[in-house]
Amino acid sequence: MSLLDSFLIRAALAGVGVALAAAPLGCFVVWRRMAYFGEATAHAAILGVALSLALELPVFAGVLAVALIMAALISTLNGRGHSVDTLLGVLAHAALAIGLVAVSFLQGVRIDLMAYLFGDILAVGRTDLAVIWGGGACVLGLLAWRWSALLTATLNPDLAYASGINPKREEMVLTLALALVIAVAIKVVGVLLIAALLIIPAAAARPFAATPERMAVIATAIGVVSALGGLWVAYQSDTPTGPTIVCIAAVAFTVSSVVRGLRRLI
Amino acid sequence: MSDGRVGDTAEPGAHMSLVDAKGLSVRLGRQMVLSNVSLAIQPGEIVTIVGPNGSGKSTLLRSIIGAIRPEAGTLHLQPGLRIGYVPQKLQLDATLPMTVARFLALPKRPSPGAIVAALDEVGAGALARRQMADLSGGQFQRVLLARALLGRPQLLILDEATQGLDQPGSAAFYALIADIRARLECAVLMVSHELHVVMAASDRVICLNGHVCCEGAPAHVASAPEYRALFGSGTQGALALYRHDHDHAHDHGHDADCGHDHAPKQEAAQ
Repeated sequence: MSLLDSFLIRAALAGVGVALAAAPLGCFVVWRRMAYFGEATAHAAILGVALSLALELPVFAGVLAVALIMAALISTLNGRGHSVDTLLGVLAHAALAIGLVAVSFLQGVRIDLMAYLFGDILAVGRTDLAVIWGGGACVLGLLAWRWSALLTATLNPDLAYASGINPKREEMVLTLALALVIAVAIKVVGVLLIAALLIIPAAAARPFAATPERMAVIATAIGVVSALGGLWVAYQSDTPTGPTIVCIAAVAFTVSSVVRGLRRLI
Repeated sequence: MSDGRVGDTAEPGAHMSLVDAKGLSVRLGRQMVLSNVSLAIQPGEIVTIVGPNGSGKSTLLRSIIGAIRPEAGTLHLQPGLRIGYVPQKLQLDATLPMTVARFLALPKRPSPGAIVAALDEVGAGALARRQMADLSGGQFQRVLLARALLGRPQLLILDEATQGLDQPGSAAFYALIADIRARLECAVLMVSHELHVVMAASDRVICLNGHVCCEGAPAHVASAPEYRALFGSGTQGALALYRHDHDHAHDHGHDADCGHDHAPKQEAAQ
């Protein structure tokens, strides 16, 4: 009997895999104030699920494609009349609603909507694991390769241009990484909570970091601990796993905020 | 490198300009920000661009660093030109932790010795381990300058680098620029609002208002009717200061071109 036969081990590996990719990317999402951008893109993923099932494509491919299209749509509409938060508010919820309506058209296909909205980490199979770790490795590789350029472009676009870096290209790298993370995380936490895995570990790591690299490492640690802790708590107390993981991350953020507050007082 | 500028097409027998822009026109959205701007930067000279708000000063600098693609005209940079760029302002997001030393190592990590040397060069040697967010305005500008110097630039470009500094602070900053120019023998292209300080520190001044109104030696530009039309005669006192500081003749002849007349002619300008 192999280790992977245990559904708990598979769930743990899936959670850790997603955390490893989501936390460092989440740092950029936080630094560049892309939280709602991430949320809107994630919500669009449910439409990707519906399309994949209708066209009998792998869910991963459908979600990836729709997330990329959504990101492109946001970038195109940005700066054309509506403020960014209005635009994202419209697109995030419209995408979710369209996705839910599209799913209802899928007759004959039995689809567990809850599994896609909130994730179903305990049902992760070997193929899912391969997708999660493969996609996660792509995200980490992309971030490691472009790290300095991404940071420079995040600081200031003109500074990037003057150093021979095209900030628009770096933005596309981030968008691609974001779409990949959404596509691999949907099984673990579902479309509604993916943004939480990106943002909360990074936000919790901030008070303890002096450099961007350290923040990424600490965020990753918090993400991994949240995934494993959430899985354990959910197993012990029979709570939904995805939301429990996010709850643990939220506790980490609270603790970190309190520590930061105390440090300021002293 | 990046689009929008032509970097490696040296014409055989071309002059030695670091930057050579001819007939540059830039449109941002529906607005024509620059039209038919020509300028050349020679090695080692300090050139200052002055002009009212919205006159396209920053746009011109951003075209040179490749951030904006000109709609018309040609922009030649000397092949392999090393540019050090100091932006107008750098808004660091509070969520981004960044020490001074880490900032200087972006995007290419130099040796630790080079970072210390660059900070020393701008008189900010003690700041390496500080957080960027904790720096004062003057310290921040010096750190930005140190980062620009790390690449051993042949051309240093500063976009209103003294914004937010008080009078002594910006005077000290310009003194530092002059000092660095002397040591590194780099050319400096800067934009400024502080006419009097800048005028005194420049070899050449370009007065911009969507197009080049006039250019030439500081004293010449300051007395040009086009310049007066833009800035009024309120700078008269500053000009006096300039003349006081630099005791040379003002009849610069016509080494600079003030070709066209969009301002009312002021024959008796002087």
